[in-house]
Parts: sequence; C-alpha cells; structure tokens
Amino acid sequence: MNALDIAIARKIYRKGGRDAVALADFSFGVPHGQFLCIVGPSGCGKTTLLSIVAGLDRDFEGSVGRADRARIGFVFQTPRLMPWLTARDNVRLALYPPPRGEGRAEALLREMNLGGQLDSYPGHLSGGQQRRVALARAFVNEPELLLLDEPFTSLDAPTAQRLRDSLLALWAKHQPTVLFVTHDLREALSLGDRILFLSAGPGRIVLDLPIELARPRLPDGPAVEAARKRLLDTYPQLLAGLDKQKSAEDAA
Amino acid sequence: MVSRLTLQDSGLRLLSALLLLAVWQAASLSGSPLLPGPLAVARALIDDLVHGDLLSDLGYTLARVAASFVIAMAAGSAIGMLMGRSRRIDGLFDLWLVLGLNVPALVIIILCYLWIGLNETAAIAAVALNKVAQSAVILREGARSVDRSLLQVAEVMRLPWDRVLLKAYLPQLYPYFMAATRSGLSLIWKIVLVVELIGRSNGVGFRLGLYFQFFDIANILAYSASFIAIMLAIEGFIIRPLERRLTRWRT
Repeated sequence: MNALDIAIARKIYRKGGRDAVALADFSFGVPHGQFLCIVGPSGCGKTTLLSIVAGLDRDFEGSVGRADRARIGFVFQTPRLMPWLTARDNVRLALYPPPRGEGRAEALLREMNLGGQLDSYPGHLSGGQQRRVALARAFVNEPELLLLDEPFTSLDAPTAQRLRDSLLALWAKHQPTVLFVTHDLREALSLGDRILFLSAGPGRIVLDLPIELARPRLPDGPAVEAARKRLLDTYPQLLAGLDKQKSAEDAA
Repeated sequence: MVSRLTLQDSGLRLLSALLLLAVWQAASLSGSPLLPGPLAVARALIDDLVHGDLLSDLGYTLARVAASFVIAMAAGSAIGMLMGRSRRIDGLFDLWLVLGLNVPALVIIILCYLWIGLNETAAIAAVALNKVAQSAVILREGARSVDRSLLQVAEVMRLPWDRVLLKAYLPQLYPYFMAATRSGLSLIWKIVLVVELIGRSNGVGFRLGLYFQFFDIANILAYSASFIAIMLAIEGFIIRPLERRLTRWRT
C-alpha cells in the first residue's frame, strides 16, 4: 500500500475575480519511505499541491489518500515561525503534550548549530537561522509524511548543503515519506528517489522519473551533472521552461 | 545612552510637575475661594482620608470601574473577533457598532437607569455598554489582520484548539487587547463618575456632586487628585508591565 495516493481531477484558483486552473489531471502514488522531488517552473501549482496533501486546502475535485492520523511535518516556503515564541518553544510547539525539561527539541536545534540561540526570538535570528528552526520544528515529532516547499532557497551554498545532509540523515533514520518541492534540477537529482516534472500552469505531470544514482550524491558532483545533461538532451522541450528559468537565475 | 535619556526624561517630568504646582500656587495667591492652593487641597485630602469617606468612595468607584471594564472587554472582544473573522456577521452588525460608538454616554446612562432601575446593575451595565462598541471595533481590526499562514502551521501540527488559541491566535491580538485596555480604562473611569453622579449614593462621582452643591472646591480637587493618582498608578504598575511582558519578543 502506498503512503500517498493522489488523484486531483481539477483544482481551481480564483485570481483577480477570474477562475484559473492550478492543477489538472493529476494522479500519482508514493510508496512508504520514498523521497519524491517535485520539479516545475514557478506558478505550476507545486505549493498548491503540498497544501492539498497536507489537508490545508480541501477545495478541489478529486481525492488524497493517506493515513488519516499520519504525523505531518511541513516546511513552508517562508519559515512561518511564531514571533512571540523563542526558537526552543517554536520547535516544542509541535510536540504534544508539551514536554518537560530539555529534550528532542533542544537536541535537534543543537544539531542544527543553534545551541546558542535556544532562547532567542525569531526577530533576532538571521534568515538562515530561522529556516533551520523551521526545519527542526518539522522534524521534531518524527513525521511519517514530510512536506518541504523549496526549503533551502535564499541560503548560502554551504548552509544549504549542510541542511540537505541533515534532511537526508533524518530521512535515513526515520524513513518518512518525503515530498520535496524545488525548481532546482541539481538539488532534485541529488536528493530524490524519484522526480515528478510538472508543466507550467495548469500543472500537469509531464515526466515521472526514477533516480537510481548511488548515494551520497553532491548537487555539483559529476554524477548529478551527467544525469542532468542526459536529461536535458533526452527531453529538451519538456524541460525547456525549467532550464530557461534556471539560467536566468544563474545570470542574475 | 538609553538610561541617560530616560533619566533626563524623568527629570523633565518632575520639573513639569513642579511647574504645574507653582503655577497653581501662584494663581491661588489672590485668596479667591474659587481656587484653593495646593496646600489647602492637601489638607482637605488628608482630612477626607482620616475623617471622611474618601477610602470607601474610592473603593466603590474602583469596583465599578473593574466590573464594567471586565464585562465590556470580554463582550467587546468576543463580538469584535467574530466580526473580524466572518464577513457575514460583520455586515449584519456593523451598523450596530456605528450606533454604539455614537450614542452619547449620557443617553445610555439615563436609559439604563430608566429601564433597569436606580441600582448597581444599571450603573455597571451603563458603563459597560458605553465601552463595548469601542473594544469591539479595536478587536475587529485585530482579527482582520490575523496572519492565516501561522494558523496553518498550527493546523498541520493538529494542535488542540486551546493551544491554537493560546499559541497562534491570541498572541497576534495582544497589541489590540492592550490598545483596547488603555483607551477603555480612561474612557470607563470618566463615565463611571457620571453614572455615580446621576444615580448612586456613594463613590467619587456622587461625592463630587455633593461638594458641587456645597461649592466646596478644595474637596472637589482633593477627590479628583486622589482618583487620578490611582488611575495613573494602575497604568504604571499594572498595564505597562503587562504590556512589556506581552511584547517582550519585539525588543
């Protein structure tokens, strides 16, 4: 049985008084413990898809099959920390009933190099530190389903890589099912067991690709680079939009 | 640097208070019974304190302030939050709020006494009614500005509703609660005095009315000064520390 069975016939978005189709004919299954990356140009409905999977958005035609009480960890595109709670309390918020004394929350924050900021408020943390707190918050209740929405954008490369490593370590340890949204093909190739490629809006699945590169992989390593080249050569039209966006970002 | 500035600030404040006293003293030098000097007022105040009913009057008035404040804040906040959340409820009751904000306090007071009777319930209801619309409007603004993305975080975690309320929803409204508390207290204590003047036989407002009839200006000033001092103390020792605590994360 799959951890996730998704069948979305249509998801309509109201934008400026007009209806726009965000997702159409969307169906895929994810086996337990799979690390699935979702890649597509901006505006293809990736974020909407995660909201639907998490149960935050119920206004769509279709169905999402998942264990009802599955613990979910969600890393949003922005950190979304409670500004009135310290780093420690933001992470502990995900634990219920609230724990007494030091525990997993503190251990995780220390692991993420935030041992000195346990009692800092988010307003006093840098953007990268806030992202790490948000990651710790998503990890702390050992989720069975982990949803990440471009969690490492706007971080410097070494920090992003360190966080990717801790994500993979966590995944190896607890084997959650992971949905990882990104528009960075290298990142997807370095992390995933499988990649879904989406078209520009309305989002449809244009390619469902298993990745069988040996781990560990580096996003700028030769294996990933070769796979990327091969992919771009094989599916030039499918990925055209994506690569254009990528090169525009590289240029910027 | 900061501490020197506040030191300078409090120095200025002290100077300003002394200046006020000096102007008052100078104006009273003519010996007119219309304006007794600070010393005469202080004597009256001590006399009221030792031999008069000042303490019990202050007690009655403060109890009325507290009761009507709690009722008005609770009802106003609940109404405001509901209206801020739902457009339908907002559309249905917006007119009522506008009405509540604009009916003169005196009209509400008179109507409450006529409808409910010349009793404590009517007095407190009249004061509370005068404040409900104001706190509802402030909290409605707060509820409208609530950041839904933070509530989604709580939803994904499947927190029980009381934790969502305490950790994700209400903290967003703290600044609005504080604003409603501040403006509420200063509005309420002024209205309480009018309510007491019109329909009660104790409290600061009643006593001021009495001294008005006796033309006893020293006692009027003594009562006013002691009550203002208490309200300033509440602001300084309760409201401000509370606010600092609730907004500690902003500094």
